[in-house]
Amino acid sequence: MKPTKHVLSALVLNQPGVLAQIAGMLAARAFNIESLAVGETETPEFSRITFVVVGDERLDQVRKQLEKLITVVKVLDFSQDEFVERDLMLIKVRCSGPQRTEIRELTEIFRGKIVDVGHHHVMVEIAGPERKIEAFIDLMRPFGIIELVRTGRIALLRSERTGLEDDEPATPQSAAAEA
Amino acid sequence: MATDTTEARAGTRQTAAQAINGAEILVEGLVHQGVELVFAYPGGASMPLHQALLKRRDRIRTILPRHEQGGGFAAQGVARSTGRVGVCMATSGPGATNLVTALADAKLDSVPLVAVTGQVPQSVIGSDAFQETPMIEVCRSITKHQYLVTDVRDVARIVKEAFYIARTGRPGPVLIDFPKDVQLATLPEPPDFDPPMYLPGYHPEKYHVAPQQIKQIIAAIRRSKRPVLYVGGGIINGNAAEELRKFVERTRIPVATTVMGLGAIPGDHPLCLHMLGMHGTVYANYAVNEADLLLAFGVRFDDRVTGKLEEFAKHGKIVHVDIDASEIHKNKEAHIPVVANVREVLEALNAMISDEDIPDLSEWHRQIAEWKRQYPLTYRQDDEHILMQYAIEELWRQTVDRDPVITVGVGQHQMWTAQFYKFRKPRQWLSSSGLGTMGFGLPAAMGAQAAFPGRLVVNVDGDGSFQMNIQELATLYCEKLPVKTLLLNNQHLGMVVQWEDRFMEGRRAHTYLGPIDRPEALGEGDGGIPDQPYPDFVKIAEGYGIPAAQVRRKADFPDALAEMLNSPGPYVLDVLCPYQEHVLPMIPSGKTVRDIIIE
Repeated sequence: MKPTKHVLSALVLNQPGVLAQIAGMLAARAFNIESLAVGETETPEFSRITFVVVGDERLDQVRKQLEKLITVVKVLDFSQDEFVERDLMLIKVRCSGPQRTEIRELTEIFRGKIVDVGHHHVMVEIAGPERKIEAFIDLMRPFGIIELVRTGRIALLRSERTGLEDDEPATPQSAAAEA
Repeated sequence: MATDTTEARAGTRQTAAQAINGAEILVEGLVHQGVELVFAYPGGASMPLHQALLKRRDRIRTILPRHEQGGGFAAQGVARSTGRVGVCMATSGPGATNLVTALADAKLDSVPLVAVTGQVPQSVIGSDAFQETPMIEVCRSITKHQYLVTDVRDVARIVKEAFYIARTGRPGPVLIDFPKDVQLATLPEPPDFDPPMYLPGYHPEKYHVAPQQIKQIIAAIRRSKRPVLYVGGGIINGNAAEELRKFVERTRIPVATTVMGLGAIPGDHPLCLHMLGMHGTVYANYAVNEADLLLAFGVRFDDRVTGKLEEFAKHGKIVHVDIDASEIHKNKEAHIPVVANVREVLEALNAMISDEDIPDLSEWHRQIAEWKRQYPLTYRQDDEHILMQYAIEELWRQTVDRDPVITVGVGQHQMWTAQFYKFRKPRQWLSSSGLGTMGFGLPAAMGAQAAFPGRLVVNVDGDGSFQMNIQELATLYCEKLPVKTLLLNNQHLGMVVQWEDRFMEGRRAHTYLGPIDRPEALGEGDGGIPDQPYPDFVKIAEGYGIPAAQVRRKADFPDALAEMLNSPGPYVLDVLCPYQEHVLPMIPSGKTVRDIIIE
């Protein structure tokens, strides 16, 4: 199995140290976290951590070990499922008078918003899936990007299921049992 | 006026009597959990805990080890020999870090342990205060769970949860890091010691075997011609030995055990193949290699068992039963994976299997008997010297009917004990198997002895391992714990020497334990037993007030051993052994059964 990008979503207790535990477990196995977003859920006692990791079949082993942590309720790997993902970016671009219109048009096409304007720069807020964000960054390069910041990906499954539900059979079914 | 004052004083006294501080709540919590033994070494940040232990000495025996690591392994000795949660305690900083090895060890061998460490007051946490170490950080990956207590109102719940987590599911160590200000903070009256737990991410009871899976396993057994059981610590931890025995005697499927699984099936049972893996028997490894069905129950396909993974049991279908979901498919893909308590699975198998399901294994038994005849577990005969293998066999002969607890250090003596002592019951054999911690034997024996004051407890040790926790001889003497140490002294780090001999042309690189100006330091010894071994263990033992003797001739050994075993108190028998012996058979690391070294 070739290393591919996985979007993992962990429902965890909203307590000190939980993020360190998860990051530590990935670090100890030499997985690099490409992006990470943490926030409280609809229930204040839980947080959801969404992280993107490049991994091979060893990643499922890590997922199971993460689920073993007492403070972790559930870890889902979305890669096999239909899910919606979003990334939020603030990007500051160099621009003087004439270029402003062009940037505004591009921002509108991308359904972004100009949130700050100065004599020599504008700041754009833009949300969407990763490809869209990256396309926008590409388009801004010729103007001169001063700096940008991204939240990291957040994602939810398209179905009615939630991370809290026990959607797996209690025991994994036999992989190759012919019996 | 005078009366008023008296009343006021009486009132104060009454409140003071009811008020309870955090340290007292923790100790009361231990009493509620049924703890009878605590190994604790005091220091500045844990003194309130010790004061609280002192108050409850009617219920809890607190034993002072001579090193916190000794305390940690003694708590493991309690846990491994009884199956109950062991408890150790240390102060902050160095006291706490000295527990770390025992915690990592407990994690790898799934030993239920609760370790309480003092911590500096919360107001100075993170300021590099005197004796401050961030234990939560340090222990994150080597404990099953860890708590930092920040509120005195949480103490009773945390203690209850810690014991629950330590003993349920796949057992393991839990750390409670307890800042001194919280130890001293008070509640006006004792809390509920059986409060509701808050563990939404922990459901050890959710996994059960499905009848469908039992049917699958039985179908696999019915169609097999060469089935083998590969069983480990899960059988011991899951109290499943009795069910295993029933299953084995019913189906007549031969059983190989891991190091952690010794005692799961009586070592002298005709269907026992003994240990498999690196230093396992030839017949156990051959059987697993030839098996068409491997029933892996309560095991984790450790590298010391499998050698080269792709080659391990590659002809057979694999049934893997374990309570820990993350062990399934971890090292080896299972054809029938079952996440469940192994005892529950064996009970269901015993209930559902019928006579028609049991295959005719006579051809398979014939083959195994042939392997047993051809490649028995054996060693060189020496009429003069005391070979370690012989010493262990003699220990077995003299103690097998006395239901002893045997502990070991790590190295050659450990493997030979695993090979030559035929354990009859679970929890008789205590060994640091996953982490392989030298110095485990003496303190573990101390814990087992404290848990079973009337039982024979023997620490079979090597001279390297023994010196790693030798200070606990003081604890044995002062706490009147009659542990016997059979010290197999070859003046070398024998297992490393063996690897030097096998894989590094015999070059001695810091594996001789005597003075550097003796020829053995460079590997130029004549192989004989030294006139003046180093150090003088008999004198050391005597310095601690413990009787000791030295023996160097085979003819003298049985009597010397009997004298130790029959002595009333602790005892050290220093046995001088040759150092050129190798633990065999051996499958070199990462190799296969075809590479097995027999001579």
